[in-house]
Amino acid sequence: MAFEKYDFTPITQSIHQGLIENVSPLLTTIIEWTIIGVLYLLFIAVFGLFLVYAERKVCAAFQQRLGPMRVGPWGIIQTIADFIKLLMKELITPKSVDKFLYNLAPFIVIIVPFLTISVIPFAPGLQSLDFDIGIFFVTAVSSVGVIGVLLAGWASNNKYSLIGGMRSGAQIVSYELSVGMSLITMVILAGTMQVSEIVELQRGGWFLFKGHIPALIAFTIFVIAGTAETNRGPFDLAEAESELTAGFHTEYSGIKFAFFFLAEYINLFIVSAMATIVFLGGWMPFHFGDWAAFNNVMDFIPGLVWFFLKVFGIIFLIMWFKWTFPRLRIDQILTLEWKYLLPINLFNILLMATMVLLGWHW
Amino acid sequence: MAEIIEKLITTDEIKTDEYLVNIGPQHPSTHGVLRLLTKLEGEIVHNVEPHIGYIHSGIEKMTEALSYPQIVHLTDRMDYLSAHMNNEAVCLCVENALQVEVPERVKYIRTIFDELQRLASHQLWWCASGMDLGALTAFFYGLRDREDILDIFEETCGARLTLNYSVPGGVMFDIHPNFQKNVKAFITKFRKKLPEYDKLLTDNIIFQNRTKGIGILSKEDAIAYGVTGPTGRASGFSCDVRKHHPYSAYPYIKFEEKMGTEGDSFTRWKLRMDEMWESMNIIEQLIDNIPEGDFAVKMKGVIKLPEGEFYQRVESARGEFGVYIVSDGKKNPYRVKFRSPGFSNLFTINHIAKGWKIADLVAIMATFDLVIPDIDR
Repeated sequence: MAFEKYDFTPITQSIHQGLIENVSPLLTTIIEWTIIGVLYLLFIAVFGLFLVYAERKVCAAFQQRLGPMRVGPWGIIQTIADFIKLLMKELITPKSVDKFLYNLAPFIVIIVPFLTISVIPFAPGLQSLDFDIGIFFVTAVSSVGVIGVLLAGWASNNKYSLIGGMRSGAQIVSYELSVGMSLITMVILAGTMQVSEIVELQRGGWFLFKGHIPALIAFTIFVIAGTAETNRGPFDLAEAESELTAGFHTEYSGIKFAFFFLAEYINLFIVSAMATIVFLGGWMPFHFGDWAAFNNVMDFIPGLVWFFLKVFGIIFLIMWFKWTFPRLRIDQILTLEWKYLLPINLFNILLMATMVLLGWHW
Repeated sequence: MAEIIEKLITTDEIKTDEYLVNIGPQHPSTHGVLRLLTKLEGEIVHNVEPHIGYIHSGIEKMTEALSYPQIVHLTDRMDYLSAHMNNEAVCLCVENALQVEVPERVKYIRTIFDELQRLASHQLWWCASGMDLGALTAFFYGLRDREDILDIFEETCGARLTLNYSVPGGVMFDIHPNFQKNVKAFITKFRKKLPEYDKLLTDNIIFQNRTKGIGILSKEDAIAYGVTGPTGRASGFSCDVRKHHPYSAYPYIKFEEKMGTEGDSFTRWKLRMDEMWESMNIIEQLIDNIPEGDFAVKMKGVIKLPEGEFYQRVESARGEFGVYIVSDGKKNPYRVKFRSPGFSNLFTINHIAKGWKIADLVAIMATFDLVIPDIDR
């Protein structure tokens, strides 16, 4: 097919071949790791800053404002300026904090997106880790973040932080179930946990359409639970500024605060990317039945562009409900998960399993 | 398992303690420098103790050294969101004491300004409450529409927040030629906007879950604590001064005193939203019928009240605002006491927030519509 020409495998293969022929295998591995590490670092920093800018612009549009307009044309370098400001700010460590845990917390929080991002295929051949248990890896690794949040809440020695940390702990632990289960629903349909394989299986049609009713339910639950897991509104109880001032990161300043901030946005990207991969066909172009001409035109758009288009669609959706809904209360959040989403999810898994067994999917 | 947990809780190994959290004096949801000393167990509020006095400005004491027209200027620094009602209360008190009859035109203008001020205040209230509940976008919508009212104020009296428009004997200037046209345009526009806001928040399921059945204030408690205004009416306490002790142009017009029965946060919210519709009805009845005439009567250069005690109450946006003047016949009052609605409303908070969660405490505070300088004069 036409979009195969956008495959990144030849490029990565040729780099690998070039290195292995000239230097020792050990050095090859080290160089490759460094390149990948630097690329991910760059991507996370730049994309995080971009998302902050996008959020400010999107929320400004909802609120009938212009948003940042002063630094650079349309304020495009506003977030870079903000980041420089955060870098230069004094790192204040309050007197009575648990110093080791207080300093450790932001690093744990920022590590999670770095680990998770490694299994995400951006385009054909543009994926650094292709496990056969990729989905499992994502759900496992994304749970680590809650430790950072709990540590930050506990070590800050501030009552607001503590309440925020505890809320966040209860919330993330609960919603992980829903995230995991809605992914499992789709794994049943796919029959594999390998991320690249899941994308490949959607060549004939995205899983959202292939799995129709149960997939739609799973998608809805995944977006809701994903939002809750990233601590974004209407589930932003952990930092609920009208109640807890800033929640678990009240006592952090400068770059440590920026870590929490950046991690939130990269987690937002990861949730959207997972939704894209599992439900919307990853980098697969949009095809409509047997409209050959239409499908051919779609094939000319590179996979990378498709991937980011879908990701931005979901990010916009999540931002949309952040800026529309009021915040839930902690018991309501837990009720929503344990009394509604979890039973629906369990039922949905059965439904999907039955459907796959009887071959009712397209 | 159950016995083990039981044992752990009863012995000191797992002990849950109450802890104190100072909400305020600098806190985003107290809308000013109010300090709530809150005793919590986990998320549950056990006791709320409001501490006030952080912006006490001694207005009541200052008035003893000022002449009556000067006192008017201080009153809009108290409840700055119902500045005109406060001004009017002092003016009415002085006029009644001197038995001055103000022209009909003044009565109409003052009433229209009252209701515009009420609209402006309720708009700021609904958007700020939305923000307290986490709906940040609502804040901008409310402020955007409030701007129109402030522009109308600015055109007529030059000020946007602290109006100082009423003076003993009338109003400071005549209304601007565009006043009637602009007010009518605003009402036409705002009638379309309000249902939109109902859709955004009032009908929202999350919002209803956060407010329905939360922080119930019974009618008996409302009366016992002296709760007035929309907060009292939401509990079924008929306390509208405009209805029971009409002043200015209120006797001439037909309007409904909006009442609630539940007394929970949602009723308080709904009632204020309904009051905005009622305010628009009142303005529409008056705006075309402003009689011709003077905008003020000539008062003496130095106003001296006869010896005695004078009291005047008006319905401000938050409830019953009263001015009590004790005069010894000089040009300064002997003693002035302001009865501010926020003060009585605030102190019910311990009674009704007990047993609810911190998030509910914020919701209750939001629907009480507290303005701190009103409490701390």
